[in-house]
Amino acid sequence: MNSAKYVAGKALRMLTLLIALCIVSFILVKNSPIDPVQAYIGADMMRVSEEQREQIAENWGLDKPPVEQFISWAGAIVQGDFGTSMIYRVPVLTVIGNRFTASLALMGVAWLLSGIFGFLMGVIAGMNKGKLIDRAIKWYCLTLAATPTFWLGLILLMIFSVWLGWFPIGLGVPVGVLSENVTLSEKIYHLILPALTLSIVGVANIALHTRQKLLDVLESDYILFARANGESGLGLVWKHGVRNIMLPAVTLQFASFSELFGGSVLAEQVFSYPGLGQATVQAGLRGDVPLLLGIVLISAIFVFTGNLIGDIICSIVDPRIKEGRASV
Amino acid sequence: MNTKQTSKFSHSNASIMNRSTESLANPEELLVVKNLSVSFIQYAKGLKQLNLEVICDLNVSVNSGEIVAIVGSSGSGKSLLAHAILGILPTNAKVTGTIRYQGQALTTERQKVFRGREISLIPQSVNYLDPLMKVGEQVQNTIRTKDAKQLQQQVFERYHLSKEAGLLYPFQLSGGMARRVLVATAVSGGAKLIIADEPTPGLHPEVVAETLAHLKELANQGCGVMMITHDIEAAMKIADRIAVFYAGTTVEVAPIEDFKEGGEALRHPYTRALWMALPENDFKPIPGFQPTPTDLPPGCLFEPRCHLRTAECQCKKPEMQDLRGGQVRCIHAT
Ligand code: SF4
Repeated sequence: MNSAKYVAGKALRMLTLLIALCIVSFILVKNSPIDPVQAYIGADMMRVSEEQREQIAENWGLDKPPVEQFISWAGAIVQGDFGTSMIYRVPVLTVIGNRFTASLALMGVAWLLSGIFGFLMGVIAGMNKGKLIDRAIKWYCLTLAATPTFWLGLILLMIFSVWLGWFPIGLGVPVGVLSENVTLSEKIYHLILPALTLSIVGVANIALHTRQKLLDVLESDYILFARANGESGLGLVWKHGVRNIMLPAVTLQFASFSELFGGSVLAEQVFSYPGLGQATVQAGLRGDVPLLLGIVLISAIFVFTGNLIGDIICSIVDPRIKEGRASV
Repeated sequence: MNTKQTSKFSHSNASIMNRSTESLANPEELLVVKNLSVSFIQYAKGLKQLNLEVICDLNVSVNSGEIVAIVGSSGSGKSLLAHAILGILPTNAKVTGTIRYQGQALTTERQKVFRGREISLIPQSVNYLDPLMKVGEQVQNTIRTKDAKQLQQQVFERYHLSKEAGLLYPFQLSGGMARRVLVATAVSGGAKLIIADEPTPGLHPEVVAETLAHLKELANQGCGVMMITHDIEAAMKIADRIAVFYAGTTVEVAPIEDFKEGGEALRHPYTRALWMALPENDFKPIPGFQPTPTDLPPGCLFEPRCHLRTAECQCKKPEMQDLRGGQVRCIHAT
C-alpha cells in the first residue's frame, strides 16, 4: 500500500518534471537563433526559393502562434511521435534508439568501473586517513575533479592511440567494415579508451564521498562500541563500515547519471564515438530541433530513472526505511 | 598544566604501564586506577600544540562483587575513563598513570585481549549498536566463539528477550528492550568487570529500576561493576561505593552509608554540596560552574566555588588522602 503510494508519488514528480521540461525546452528552442527551415534546407539554400521556404514553413505549421505549435508538438510527443530528425532523415526515436545503445555500453562500463574503483579508493583512503596513500588518493581525486573530460580524452588518445598505437583513434567500429560484420570484440576494442576516460574522471566523486562517509562511520559510537567489544582492523571495517557506507555510495552512483551523461557528450565528441552524446552535439550545432528536443526529454528520463533506482534500492535494502514504512 | 607524571610514554594511545612494583594488598581488588591522566593534543593556531587534560590524577578501584559509581555532572569527560580502561581512546589521546587489572598492569596488549571478554562496556544508548545489523547478530559478533548463536539466545532468554527480538534492528527496539539488549551484549562474553556508561539516561522509572536490578544482579554473581553516571540518586540505590568526579578527577571516594547519612559523614565540600542539592534534602543547586579543561584553577579544582577555601587552597593541588574509611582530595577535609 505504502510502496504503491511511494512509487505513484515518484511517477507524478517525474511527470510534472517532464511537462515543465517540455515547456522550457520549447521556449528555448523557439527563441534560439536557429531557423528550422534554414536548418532543414542546409546546403540546398541557393536552389530553394523564398516561396518554397514559406511553403515548408506553412507545411510545418510554423506560421501558427507559438502556443498552438506547442500543443500540436506536445500532442505528438504524448502519442510517441517525436518527429523526424532533420540531419539523419529518420524518425527521432530511431536515431535515439541506435545511439542510446552505443552510449549505454560506454556509460555502463564507465559507470561500473568508476563505481567499483571509486568505492575501493574511498575505503582505502578512509582507512588510512592522513597517511601517504590517503593523501595520494585525495590529491588524485581533487585534481581529477578539476580536469575537463575532453582534455583527459585527448591526452589518452595521444598516448595510447597515437604514440603507442594500442587503441583505435576513434569511432565505435572499424572503418570500412559493414555494420553487420562488426564483431563484438571490435566493438569492445573501440569502447575501451572512451570508457576509460569517463571512469577516470568518474571515480573522483564517489571516492571522496565514500572516504568522508567512512571517516564519519569510523568516528561513530557504534564503531567505538564494536572496538570495546574486541573487534578490530579489517574485520571491523568490513562488518560495520562497508555495510554502512555501501548504501549512500550506491545512491550517489545512481544519482550521478547526469554527470555521466554530460561526460559522455564530451568523451564521445573527442573519440568520435557514435553515441547519444555525439548526436546531441550534432543536433545542437546543426539546428536539428526535433532530435534535440527528443534527446533532452529522453536524457531527462534517463537521469530521473537513475535517481529513482537509487531511491528504490535504498528503500529495499535499508531496514530503517523498509521496516519503517511497513510499520508506520 | 599538570606535569606531575614523571613517566611519559611515547605511545599515543592508551599505554598504561606498571609504574610501581608494589604488589597488591587486597586480592579482591579487580581494578585499580591510580593517578590516571588523559590528555588530548590539539593543534591550535600556527601549529601551536595544546595539551588538553580532560582527566587528571584520577584514582578509583573496583572490587569483585562490588558496584562502584563514578558520579559527576554530564559532559565532564567521565566516559573517557571507561574508554581509557578499555583502551579505545582516540589516537591523539595521551594516557599516563597506572591501571591494574587482577593485580597486573593493564597494558595495551592485555586490553586488546580483554575487551569484550574479561572487561566489557554497557554503552549509553542504542546509538552504540550498528544501525544496519540485527541485534542478535551483533551480540554474536562480540562472542566470537563457535557456539555464538546458542550463547546469544541463552543470554537473550536470561534478559527476557524473545528469539524474534534478535532479528530486530536497533531502531526497532523500545526503550526497555534496548537497555536489555545492551546489557545482554555486555555480559555475553562472560565479563568479570563491567563498565556501565550512563546506564539510566532519561529512562522511564520502571526501566531505570530494571536496569539497576540487572547491574545489582551482576555484582551479586561476582562481577565488579563500574557505573559511570550523572544520576546520584540512581547510584545511591545500588552502589557500594561512590566516587565523586569533578573537573576531570575524583574528589572523594566514600562508602554508600556515608551518602545515605549525608552531611558531616561526607568528606569533600563538593560532595556535601551535591548531597544538599538532592531533591529530598535542600534541593539547592551549587552556585558556579565546573571549570573546563582549558582553564583549570591552579590550586584545588573546587576552590572557586568552595566556601571553606583558604589562601593555601589556591597554590597547591590537594593530594588524595585516606580519611575515615574513604578518600578525599581536600586539605581542610575532616
Ligand atoms: S582544598 Fe580548599 S578549596 Fe579545595 S575543596 Fe578543600 S577547602 Fe575547598
